[in-house]
This record gives sequence, C-alpha cells and structure tokens, in this order.
Amino acid sequence: MFYIYCPHCGEHREEEEFHAKGQAHIARPADPDSCSDKEWGEYLFFRKNPRGLHHEMWVHATGCRKFFNVTRDTVTYEIKEVYKIGERPSVVAAGN
Amino acid sequence: MSQKNRLASGGRIDRSKSLRFKYNGREYQGYQGDTLASALLANGVDIIARSFKYSRPRGIVAAGAEEPNAVLQLGATEATQVPNVRATQQELFNGLVSSATNGWPNAEMDLMSYVGKVGGRMMPPGFYYKTFMYPQSMWETYEKFIRKAAGLGRSPLENDPDIYDKLNHHCDVMIVGAGPAGLAAALVAARSGARVILADEQSEFGGSLLHSGEKINGRPAVEWVAETVAELEKHPEVLLLPRSTVNGYHDHNFLTIHQRCTDHIADQAPKGQVRQRMHRVRANWVVLATGAHERPLVYGNNDVPGCMVASAVSTYINRYGVVPGNELVLMTTNDYAYQTALDWADAGRKVVAIVDTRQSPKGARIEEARKRGLNIITGSAVIDVQGSKRVSGVQVAPIDAKGDKVTGSVERLSCDTVASSGGWSPVIHLSCHTGSRPEWRDDIIGFVPGKTVQRQLTAGGINGTYSLRKVLEEGATAGAKAAESAGFADAAKGIALPLSEEVKEGPAMALFHIPHTKPTARAPKQFVDLQNDVTAAGIELATREGFESIEHVKRYTAMGFGTDQGKLGNINGMAIAAKSLNQSIPETGTTIFRPNYTPITFGAIAGRDCGELFDIKRYTAMHKWHVEHGALFEDVGQWKRPWYFPKAGESMQQALDRECKATRDSVGILDASTLGKIDIQGKDAREFLSRVYTNAWAKLGVGKCRYGLMCGEDGMVFDDGVTSCLAENHFLMTTTSGGAARVLEWLELYHQTEWPEMEVYFNTVTDQWATMTISGPNSRKLLAELTDIDLDNDSFKFMDWRQGKVAGVPARIFRISFTGELSYEINVQANYGLFVWEKLFEHGAKYNLTPYGTETMHVLRAEKGFIIAGQDTDGSVTPIDLGMSWCVSNNKPFSYIGKRGMAREDCIRTDRKQLVGLKTKDPKKVIPEGSQAVNDPKQAIPMTMLGHVTSSYYSANLGHSIALGMIRNGHNRMGETVYYPQADGTVIEAEICSPIFLDPKGERQNV
Amino acid sequence: MSEMIAPEKVAANADAIQEVARMDQLAGPAQRAESPLHHADLDTIAKKGPKNGGVTLQEHKLLGHLVIRGSQDNQAFLAGAREALGFDLPTEPLSSVEQGDRSVRWIAPDEWLLIVPGEDAFQVEEQLRAAMGGHFAIVNVSGGQTVLELSGPDVRMVLKKSTPYDVHDRNFPVGKVVTSVFAKTQAVIRRTGEDRWELVIRRSFADYVWLWLQDASAEFGLVVKA
Repeated sequence: MFYIYCPHCGEHREEEEFHAKGQAHIARPADPDSCSDKEWGEYLFFRKNPRGLHHEMWVHATGCRKFFNVTRDTVTYEIKEVYKIGERPSVVAAGN
Repeated sequence: MSQKNRLASGGRIDRSKSLRFKYNGREYQGYQGDTLASALLANGVDIIARSFKYSRPRGIVAAGAEEPNAVLQLGATEATQVPNVRATQQELFNGLVSSATNGWPNAEMDLMSYVGKVGGRMMPPGFYYKTFMYPQSMWETYEKFIRKAAGLGRSPLENDPDIYDKLNHHCDVMIVGAGPAGLAAALVAARSGARVILADEQSEFGGSLLHSGEKINGRPAVEWVAETVAELEKHPEVLLLPRSTVNGYHDHNFLTIHQRCTDHIADQAPKGQVRQRMHRVRANWVVLATGAHERPLVYGNNDVPGCMVASAVSTYINRYGVVPGNELVLMTTNDYAYQTALDWADAGRKVVAIVDTRQSPKGARIEEARKRGLNIITGSAVIDVQGSKRVSGVQVAPIDAKGDKVTGSVERLSCDTVASSGGWSPVIHLSCHTGSRPEWRDDIIGFVPGKTVQRQLTAGGINGTYSLRKVLEEGATAGAKAAESAGFADAAKGIALPLSEEVKEGPAMALFHIPHTKPTARAPKQFVDLQNDVTAAGIELATREGFESIEHVKRYTAMGFGTDQGKLGNINGMAIAAKSLNQSIPETGTTIFRPNYTPITFGAIAGRDCGELFDIKRYTAMHKWHVEHGALFEDVGQWKRPWYFPKAGESMQQALDRECKATRDSVGILDASTLGKIDIQGKDAREFLSRVYTNAWAKLGVGKCRYGLMCGEDGMVFDDGVTSCLAENHFLMTTTSGGAARVLEWLELYHQTEWPEMEVYFNTVTDQWATMTISGPNSRKLLAELTDIDLDNDSFKFMDWRQGKVAGVPARIFRISFTGELSYEINVQANYGLFVWEKLFEHGAKYNLTPYGTETMHVLRAEKGFIIAGQDTDGSVTPIDLGMSWCVSNNKPFSYIGKRGMAREDCIRTDRKQLVGLKTKDPKKVIPEGSQAVNDPKQAIPMTMLGHVTSSYYSANLGHSIALGMIRNGHNRMGETVYYPQADGTVIEAEICSPIFLDPKGERQNV
Repeated sequence: MSEMIAPEKVAANADAIQEVARMDQLAGPAQRAESPLHHADLDTIAKKGPKNGGVTLQEHKLLGHLVIRGSQDNQAFLAGAREALGFDLPTEPLSSVEQGDRSVRWIAPDEWLLIVPGEDAFQVEEQLRAAMGGHFAIVNVSGGQTVLELSGPDVRMVLKKSTPYDVHDRNFPVGKVVTSVFAKTQAVIRRTGEDRWELVIRRSFADYVWLWLQDASAEFGLVVKA
C-alpha cells in the first residue's frame, strides 16, 4: 500500500485513491497514419520493465481526477519523485 | 482435576477468580490472568497435539506467539468455532471450550502414530512430492487423507455471530512491541507531543519485564511498567493497543494490526461490541521493538512432551505461578538460561542438572547457581530424551569444544522436564515484510534487520541487545529520534533514562544441533521444526539431494511452512543446512518472512464489508417502484437493474414474451438511468468527439443525436453510445452502464496527457438525470398527453432531441431507439424521476404501458442486430468485424483513436471473425451463449472452431430463436450452415444470416 | 431570466451564452421532488428514533449543486466568479469558502463544487455564465448528489472506520475539504465545525452510504435529524 503525493492536492494520499496507468512518457505518434506496423506496434504494446527506477503515470481517481507522473524504484517501491504531466523527471536512472 | 503444577503464590494471576474451561471434553480450572496454555500446564496436561507427519505426541514448548504445537480449536458453539488459536496467546475465560486441532481420533490415542512409528523412515523430506504425486489422479484422495490426518483445524459451518471492523489511523510514531524498549520509546515520543501508537500482542504491556524479575531504578521492573503505562494513558495523542498483533508491515510505513477486543472475555462478544478489529496504520516513523525469541536446541527426541524452551519455563513460573514439572534438566549454550534453573529452584522443585555445552562458562548467574549448589555439568549436552508421552529421563554426554561430536560416555539422568536454550533469535519478521534482507551477526549469534528503505528504527532485542540497561537506552533513543524526525524537535528532552543494573555475562556458544553418538541420519529424531516435523536428518538429506539454496531447502522440507512460520526452528534449520553444505550461515543466508506474523481471522479481514455491505448496490431514482411492481433484478456493474417484471404465475420466458410483444405492439418503458452520461463543454468539444469516436461529428447540428463507437488505439471497440449536440459547444455523451467511469477516465487521459491545449471540460452527470425510455408505436400518443413539446414527426425527427416539460417537469427528450421502435428517451433531473415515471403510468394504462427490464431490452435490440459493447464485443473486435463500417469515417482530418489500429495487417484480413446473425434450423432451439461454431460436427476433437455465440434469445415477435455470433469470414458466408456441438452430445444447426432480424429497413423507428 | 442579468453583461457574453444549452431543471411545487435518501424516510426516523447518541445525521436535501470548471490562469473566469458570488473561488488546494447560504469547495485545480439553496441553482448558474469569460464550464448536478451532515463527539470514529484519510485535528482543520475513499465508494468530505462534518455523496450510492453510516455509528448511537 503506497502513500502517494498528489502534486495537485499537495499532500500524500493512500494508494486506494489512485489508479496506476502504466509507463509514463508514451507519447502518441504525431502522425499515426504514417507509422509502419512495427512503429505502431512499439507504441501500442512495448513497455519497459526495469529493475530500479521506473517512470509511471498515475491518476488521482478518487480525488482531483488529475493524471501525474511518479518515479518509483521497482525493487524497493520507494517513490523518488512526483511530477506533473508535461514536466520532465529530475531523478533518472544512470544511462537514461 | 486439581491444578497440580500451580504454585501457592506468585505470578500475575488472580487466585481469587477461578475460571472453568474445557479441553477435549474434560473440565478444568484456571485463574484470571492465565493463558489457556498456562492453565493446561497447571493442570498437568502434557499432550496437546499430534505431530503433522509422524503423529508423535506433542506438548507445549513456548509461552508466546512462537508456540508451534499448542495450536488449538476454540469455540463453545458451532457458530463460534475458531481454528489455529495458539493456546499460549489465548487468555483464559470462564466457559472457554477448546480441543486439540490434530490427532485422529484424538491427541491422546492417535491411529496415525502407528504410521509414524512404523513408517518414519518412509516419510523423508519431499515425501509428499515423491509419493503422493504419482499417480496424479490419486492426489485428491491422498490430500483428503493427509488433511484429515494432519488436522488443520476447521472453520465454523454456521454464520459468525460476531462483529468485526476496521479503523484507519495515521500517526507520527508507531511502536511495535511494549516490552522495555517499546515502552521507553513510547514514553519519550509521547512526551514530545507526537501522535504515538503502541501495540503489543499480549494482554499486558511489559514484555519480558512481566516475568524476568529484573529491577529498574532499584525497584521491581513491573512497577516501572505500571507507571509508564499510566503516564502514556494520560497523553491525549497516544493510542495504546494491547492484545494487538502487528501482523503486517507494508510499503511506505503502512501497518496492519489485528486487535482481539473481546476474545479474552467470552466465546462471543458482548452484544453490540466488536470482537476483533483491524487497524490500518500509516505511520511517519516506525520503531520495531519486537524483542527476541529464545531458540531451543536440536537434540534427540527433543519433541517429547516436557521438552520446552528455557525462558518459557521461567515465564510460566514467574508470570503464571505454574511449574510445568517436578525435575528439571536445563541444557544451555549461554548464561542467561541459568535463570530458568534458578527460578525452578526458587519454586521449590528439583533441578536435576544444568548441562552447559561450554567447557568453562563464567558469569554472574553461573556463580549464583553454584552458590545455591545446583549441579552444573559443563562441556556436555543432552543428546537424547527418553519417554513417549512425557519425558522420563535424558542421556547426557560430553561433547567437544566446537559441539561437533560426542567425546565420552553417556550418562542417564531421571527427570520429567528438559529446558533448552540455544540463545536468542531477534524477531525480525516485520522488518522482512518490506523486503529488507536480514544480516547475520556472529557476536549475537543471530540475524538482525538489514538495510531498509522504510522510515524505520529498531530497539532492544530485535537488534540483539539483551541487557536491560542497553535495551531501555536504545528504546528511549529510538523514540526520540523517531519523534524528532517526524517534526517534534525537542523530543530528546523527554529522555530520562531509567536505570537498571548490568548483569555480567560470559560469551555464549554458537551451537544449534547437538551431536549424537550415531550419525544424524541414524540418530534418534532431532526435530528442527516441530509444527512441520522437519528433522536435522531431513535437512541434511535435502542438501545431499542437491538442494543448496536455503529457499529450496525450505520448500523441499516444508521447514517454516506452518502457522508458526518457523519462529523457533528456522535459524536452527539454516545453521544445520550451512554446516551440511560446509559453509557459513551468512553464506547460506536465510529465508525471509511474509505477512501475517500470526494467523488472522477472516472476520477481521472482512470487517464490515459483509452481508448487506459486502458490495455497493447502486439504485436509480425509480428503484422503489420496480421493487413494488415485482421486478427481479440483474447486476450490471454495481447497479441493480430490473431484469424483468413477472406477473403472478408467469415463467421468465412468458414474462419476456409479454414484455417484448407489448413493446412492439403498443408501448413499453425501460428505466435507462444507469447509462453513463458525460457532460462535455468547451469550444473544442466537437473536435474532441471526432478524435475519440470512429465516426464523423463535424456536421452534427444543435438538436441532433448521433450513435458513436469508441475504440482503443488498437482499433478494438470498447464502448458505444449516443452523443447529442446540446449547443454549439455543449454535448451530452452516453456510455454503457458498466463503462461510464472508464470512459470518463479515458477522455480525461487524452485531454490531460495528449491534447491539453483543447478547450473542453468533462463532467459526469450519470446520477443527475433519471432516464426513462418509452418505446413502441403508441409512445408518441402517450408522451403527447404529458408534454408541451411538438412531437410531430416532421419537426421532431428520429435522432433529434428537444427540451420542454414532461408532466410539468423540465425535461430533455431524445428521440433515439435501441429497440427499433418509435422511441423517446426522457431525461429529467433525478429528483423528479419517480414522479415523472408514475405520471407516465397514470396515462399509460390505456396503452397497456408495460415496464420491461434488461432481458427484454436485450431481446428487442438483438431482433434489430444492435450490439452491446462488452457482450457482443470482447476487446478483439473492430467496427469492421461488427459489420459497422457505416460508423467508421476515413475522411476525418485527425487520425482518431483506433484508426491506425484498425489498419494493422491483422485487422485488415478479410477472414477475421465477424459478427453475423444466426437462425437455428429448429426455430424453437435457442443456442446457448458461448457455444462454438464448427463446419463439420463429425470431425475429430479438437475441432476447428469458427467463433462463438455472443447473444441468443427466443423472439416472441418473430416466433423463432435469434442469435448473434462471431464466425470466421462470416460476412462472406451468408446462407451457409454451421454447427454448434453441445456438451450433452447434441448438435444445433444454424444458418448464417444478417444480424438484423426485424424491420431491416428501419421503418418502425421513423414513423 | 434576463431581468436577473445586468444588460451590459448579456451583451458582453451573448455569444458565450448561446454556445451552451441552458436549462432551469426545477419544476413547480406540484411536481414532487425526491432526494436520493427519500426512500429512507429520515423524517419519520427523526420523529420516532433515538434522540441521544454520539452521532447525529442530517440530510441537507434538494440543494443546488453546481460544478464549476475553469483555469486559474483565466482571470476573466476567476474575476467573473468573484463578481457573481461575491467572494473568490478558493484557489488554495483542499480549502473551502462559506458565505451565508452559499459554499464552495475546491475539488481540483480547475474544479469547484458550489452549493446554494435549491431554488437558486439556475439563477446562480446564469449569473456565473454572464459574469465569467474565456473557457469555463458549469454543470448542474443538483439531482445527482446530496449532502449529509454528521455531527457529534463520535463522528471522528465513524470517519476513521470509513475513510483512510487522516481526520485528525492537525491534518483536517475546520474548512478543509477532501475528496477521498468513503467505505467502498467516495465522498467529498468537509469539516464544517469542531464536531461537524459534511459529506457530499452521489445519488446512486446514497443508500449504500446510509446503510454504512447506520452500521458504523451503531455502537455510538445514531440520531437522525429532520
């Protein structure tokens, strides 16, 4: 049970209030129609599964209904950073 | 039976309050303050269980949560049965009824013991895997036998009469364990003003101080305990939770605590009181002060009743006034356990010998024992125990300095109790729950918590700190640090360290497994894990068979699998495995522990989420009417929707036939309030709709409605509904009843993350509007009686909406149809829903206005071939597969969601499974939904399957059955025959046809 | 309704007003309106039920509920709200403002819940629309939710059973408002006084919440107030 800081409500809330929405920063291709099947497949289906830092999107479903990003260590489950949609993470894995 | 082992004085029991209780059908007496275990020992009950695998008699060995044997069944009535209760943790109350959990037919006389005696060699580790796995078909038979024989307790067959609930807490400092370290921590943290929760599994706070006889500030430690608790009770921000086991330590300092509120009072909670409560705590800082469990030693026949852990013997004497025997042999590797012999002697019973495995031990307690003239045998060990139902004697032999082998002749000593101590194992279970790997420390001969990412501190025994003085110091320091870190800056000022004397101790010996004159494999059984009957020989065998990882050894031998989770046995087992593998304990590592620390009842887990409150039931504004008119209900998501409205004596099919015909012949009414409704405002609303729906929205005029399909990026349909243009920048979207929340989140996802520049707001109005659909040729006549809106077909056309009044209530009417009939969907603010509904019935009688439910709705829409997203689609179906290319636009400037997905190679195949209509050859036969189509029913199994039936009904209007289903390449197979083989061997033959069975030109809805 | 709106305002925002559908959803007194807990017949329980207990429940029914959406970067929106309401929309997260019979709750950075007397809902909506500029939305949800007021010394315990949110004084002062989990559903929870709390719940969940509250407060004694 995580304790997640909502950057919009400005405080920590119980995990029950949130929905996890998977990997963050998956931008929809600007021109889907010109994507090859392979490129579109990458966008649709392929996701990272890192051991360590992972950037994830969450939504404060039972709260302000806003989406935001979380940088979480998938080994320790520590949340290293929370940032709004459109912002870039300051905590990133080495080599990223 | 008299309490033959009860001392005349001493202990924390109240001898003036006698309690009667039953164990295995016999009546006994104990006192207020007893545990069930102490009362059984007082009465001289030796055997309380039969062992899991060998069915050997077992007695009580410990005095706390670590007890592996005394796991009993409790409950005076069928409804109050509770399995898996540790007698050492169950407080005695008047009228308590208990029985042994295992043993068949009973623990005293056990048929299985013959298997154990004869078949001991036949049941090596991995026994179940090796023996009972083959033949596999017999496993179910074996399992029943094993379970019955092993006796894992039983659940009640009647409903639990008690109330359980949950409480949420937040605190600055959560302290686990109210022994000396926890109390010191709590005191300091409390004085800082922090919000403190202190939980302890026992009935009283104090931990080891309740029986150790130590002193604090020159006075008995129990006085300090009482003063400390009294002060804590006065702090308004402190919550004290006795009888509360912190069972789980989860991520981000979330802890679950199982409190037994009334289990100590009676079999059933007093009326209105909560029996057990689950506390869900989010703590800023956590202090683990969970102490340590004493390790028994592993020696021959160390499971015979009368073999106990040394400190447990002291606990029974000092806390409960019970001496669990007459003649004691104590075996120890350390100084501390000498206290048990001293306590035994103080109780006036005979100490036969203290067998110390060390060659020349020195220390204050040893001096004390010598001074009292107790018989100390050094450099020796108890290598075997005699007796079957109770210890009758021991064999003592000298051993070498490393404890590897017996070095001299064996001497027999008569005794009835063996207390052993191999040192202490810190209680690190909770620290493991969050993923921290324990670390071995040679100096304390035990594992301590490893690195953690939690805001966690530890104090006292869990750190391998056992001197009371240091324990108090660590507790106070941890309490101050936790409070300070939580923002209470002056917490350290609260420290007024209680003083206690340092007892001089000599070094302990790292010994776990006592050698025998014979090799382990042929020596008498030396038990490591009593609850799972794992022996030293079994662990050695496992390593010889190639199981080198401690995790594999654990699974192969089942060590630590039981309800006690290996609290006593694990470290010994790892040490034995390490030695057998010729490596160190840190190299071997340790298994870790998972929640829960001790078993928890389902009642506490369920809390109040049971019965009527088990799940949410959502109701529409007209629900009361439906109930009063005999509706049967169907669950649609959490909604309760009328399923159908049977009249007296009607079968379901008769009711459906009547509802269907009435709607097509005159007028029916459906409560459609559960449809998801989303209000969309903003100048980009129209463009947004174009992006999320597959069809075009640019030209939908104000006052018009349009059906839309919503796809995922993969091109698969996931929801559908009608969206209406309320004004140029204002739309009302409807979704499926089950899809409302998902669709709203979907819209927000794209708005917030992909297209934040678009000026549009989405808000749910599902609950705002009561929606009633009147459908059928007479619906216009009926509505005309109640509304000021011009219903003329030329001015208010199909797929138009109008605003006006219905029965005097402001309403929006949408002329849309899910039945194919002339239909009006009336929306009024939900507060008026029932009022308007009733008005419709007042006027509707003359038109035979007939309420219908979801089932008739399904039949009517299926007659028209209208899909239900989620029933006729399953996430693998494109609009083209559904034959709905008319609802897909390729001319929209923006590449809408689903467009690229639909263009994938696999999605443009022409032989995909496609939705078609199905007409059975026998018009009365209704194909069961889910049936698979095949071309040739005589082909060999497994047959080539073409697709399944998604919707199937009997249509009273058409006089034959109708079905929708997926068929591979179905759109090109119109008129062909497919077969649906059934589980009963019959085959249903059907012809592929258009899914539109009725009014293919759609004329009825336009009248 | 034009007489309620200053003529120059109508002129300034005439286009905007045309771009959304407006609807006074209120009927006259002859048309019976039922709150989401109508079926529970709280009035009768109030009359016949216990008069003393640790928890008092009162439904404030048939009020006007308006969801207001807009960006805090949009000055025409914020200024318009101030003009129409007579006070600022609270921009501090999780805060609320109450003035007379109007109260407004921060729900999200771009969302507020305004509650007014039921008969005022449409008039207030029209005044807001007239006064506000730029991109915004107002949605009448008066039929979709209701307000429950809980008061008494044991309310905090009932809340602790019901929500994982921290309801301690230090975290939840009077005036604070949060949308959080409530039993298995959700609620907008606002502290309105020392021992007084307000729940805004959705219509279709109202019966569930009512059952839950009866159960959760049983040990303290539940008093229903009409």
